[in-house]
Amino acid sequence: MKTVSSSLVELDFIRSFIMRPKCVTFTIGLIFGYLSLRLLLTSMFSVEPVSDLVRNEKNRLHAYKVHTEASQKNNSAVNPPNATRILCWIMTGPRNLESRTKHVKQTWGKHCHHILYMSSEKTDFPTVELNVSEGRENLYWKTIRAFQYIHQHHQDKANWFLKADDDTFVVIENLQYILSKLDPEKPLYLGRRFKPFISQGYMSGGAGYVLSKEALRRFVKGFQTGQCTHFSTIEDMALGKCMETMKVEPVDTRDVKGRQTFHAFPLDHYVIRQQPRPRPWHMIYDYYVPNEGPNCCSDFIVSFHYIYAVQQYVLDYFTYHLRPYGYLHRFRPDEIVEDNNKTNKGG
Amino acid sequence: MLSEGGSFMKGMVMGGLFCLVLSLLGSFSPVTESRTDDNHHHHHHVKAASKDELQQLSDSRLQELNNQLQVYCVVMVQPKSLVYWATALDTWTKHCDKAEFYTSEASKALEAIDLNEKDDWARLRKALKHAYENAGDIRWFFVAQPNTFAIIENLKYLVLTKDPEQPFYLGKSVKSGELEYVELNSGIVLSYEALKRLVNVFQDEDKCPERGRQLWKLSDDKQLAVCLKFTGVFAENGEDVHGKGLFNSKTVDSLISESMKQNPSNVVEGCCSDLAVTFSGLSANQMQVMMFGVYRLRPYGHDFHDLLTFFPPKGSDND
Repeated sequence: MKTVSSSLVELDFIRSFIMRPKCVTFTIGLIFGYLSLRLLLTSMFSVEPVSDLVRNEKNRLHAYKVHTEASQKNNSAVNPPNATRILCWIMTGPRNLESRTKHVKQTWGKHCHHILYMSSEKTDFPTVELNVSEGRENLYWKTIRAFQYIHQHHQDKANWFLKADDDTFVVIENLQYILSKLDPEKPLYLGRRFKPFISQGYMSGGAGYVLSKEALRRFVKGFQTGQCTHFSTIEDMALGKCMETMKVEPVDTRDVKGRQTFHAFPLDHYVIRQQPRPRPWHMIYDYYVPNEGPNCCSDFIVSFHYIYAVQQYVLDYFTYHLRPYGYLHRFRPDEIVEDNNKTNKGG
Repeated sequence: MLSEGGSFMKGMVMGGLFCLVLSLLGSFSPVTESRTDDNHHHHHHVKAASKDELQQLSDSRLQELNNQLQVYCVVMVQPKSLVYWATALDTWTKHCDKAEFYTSEASKALEAIDLNEKDDWARLRKALKHAYENAGDIRWFFVAQPNTFAIIENLKYLVLTKDPEQPFYLGKSVKSGELEYVELNSGIVLSYEALKRLVNVFQDEDKCPERGRQLWKLSDDKQLAVCLKFTGVFAENGEDVHGKGLFNSKTVDSLISESMKQNPSNVVEGCCSDLAVTFSGLSANQMQVMMFGVYRLRPYGHDFHDLLTFFPPKGSDND
C-alpha cells in the first residue's frame, strides 16, 4: 500500500512539474529553435550536392531514355503488319542451362521478338520439352521435333524462324536488316553457306540459320509426306538436304561489299591479319571464297559460334554499348544508293 | 501568457545555440562537403560533359572545339615487345592526330624516336620533353604503352570542354600512401599547361631528379606524380557523366568476368562505361579484335545523335 501511494505521489509530482506551462513552452521552444536552425543551415549550404544529385539523376534518366529510344526504334519497325518478325529457338539441354543458356537469355535473347528454349525436359527456365533424348546423335531429331512444334503452336507469331545453339551469339537487328529486304512467303533459307555434301550447299548449324515461313511449311510437309527423312544425325547437313529436296533456296547473306554476316567461329578466327595463305581448316567448307583479316566480316554481323558465358557479355558490350563517340563509320550502306552495280560478290 | 511566451523564446534560443554548437563541432555537418572547386583542382575526378551541357553550346562553338581538339600520342615502346608495337601502329594509334613512338633502343623492324635510354623514368622524361617541343598546335597529350588500347574519340569527348591552358593530369588515379598518381598502364592524359609545368620542373634536380632517388626507386608513373605535385598539378580520375571510370588497367574480358560475379543480373551495365577510353593488358590479337569491336561491330539502325563528328583516319582499312 505504502509503495503504491508513494509512487503515486511521485508520479503526481512529476506530472505537476511537467505540466507547468513554462516548462512545456520552453521545451517546445527548444525543439523548434533546434529544428529551424538545422533546416536553415542545410538549405543554405547543401545547395551544391543537392543540385548535383538532381543533375546526375537527370543524366541517368536521359541516358536510359536514349538507350531505350534506340532499342524501341527497332521494335517500332515491327508494328506495321508486313514487318519482319523473328522467332528464335535455342537448341539446348538441361546440362547447359546454367553455364550457357542463361547468358544467352540475358544478352541477345532479349532482342528476339519471341524466343523458345528447346530441350529434352520441361523446366521453369522456361524450356520446351521435345520428346527426344540428349546427345549429339539426337540433334537432328531435336531439330525436326522443334520445327514441328513451332509449326504447330507458334506459326503465326513470326514470319522468320531462327535456329541457334546455346553457344551462338546473334545480333537480331542485323538479321532483321537482311530479312526486311526478303519475302517470307518465298521458300528461303539463310546462314553461313557450306559447300560439301549437298549440291546447293547447306547452312552451318552453329552459326545459326533462318527459315522463312514458307520454308518452315515445306520442311514440315517434307516429313509428313516422307520426302524428308532422318537419314543422318548431322543436323545441319541433313536439314540442308531436306531444303534442297523441298526446293527451298539458299540466300547469299554477304553484305554489299562481299563480307560475311553469319560466322561459324568466333571473331578472332577471321579478323586477325594473315599473310596470303591456302584456306585454313576452319574455312575449308565455305561456299563463297572467304576473306581473312578486316575484310572477313561485315560491320553488321549477324552471328558468331563457340561463344561461351563471358564472351556473350563481351560481344553484347561491343555491339550495344562500347562505341567511339561521334565516329562517322566508313560503311554506311543506306547512303550508297548509286553503288548497287559495284558489288564485290565473287563466288 | 507573457511568461509562457518568454519561456518559449528562451527555449528557442537555447535550441538554436545547441544546433550551432553541434554543427561547429562537426558531429553533423551540413556545411562541409560543398565547397565549390571551380578555380582549384583539388577535387579528384574529372567528368565528361553531359549531353545537356553540350547542348547549351552553340553549333559554331562546338565546331570550334571539335576542330581545335587534337591529341598527341606518346607511345613508349621497346624492341622486346615488337609485336605490341606493330599492333599499336596498326590499330588505335591511327586515331591520334599525331602519334610518336619513343623507344629505349632502335629496332631495325620499326621506326621510332630512339631515346637510347634503358631507365624507364629517364626515358619518360625525354619523351615528354620531346613531345612538348614538337607539339605545334596540339594541346592534349596522351601517354601509353603499346598493349593498352585507347579510343581517342572518347578521350576527346572527355576533355572537350576542359581548357588545356589549365593544368590537367588525368587517367585512372590511384593512391599509394600519401601520393595520388595516374597509372601508366591505363594511359595518362596531360593538358598543355600540365606538360609545360612538368618540362620546367625537370630542370630542378632537387624536386624532380632525373635518375630518381637512389635509396628507393619509384616507378615512372609515381615519379611523374611527384614532379607534377611540386608544380601544383594533381592526379584526377577520368570518369563519365555517371561517375564510372573511363581508364581501365584490365582487359574487357577480365572486367566482364568480375562483373559476372558481382552483378550477375546486370553484367554489362555493371561493368564498363559505354564511352570508355582505355583497356590494358591486351594481347596483340585481342587488340585487332577490339579494333573491329569498337569501330565496326554495331546493330543496324541505332543512332546515338552525338553532337560531334570524328572522321575515320585516311589510309586505314580496319576501322
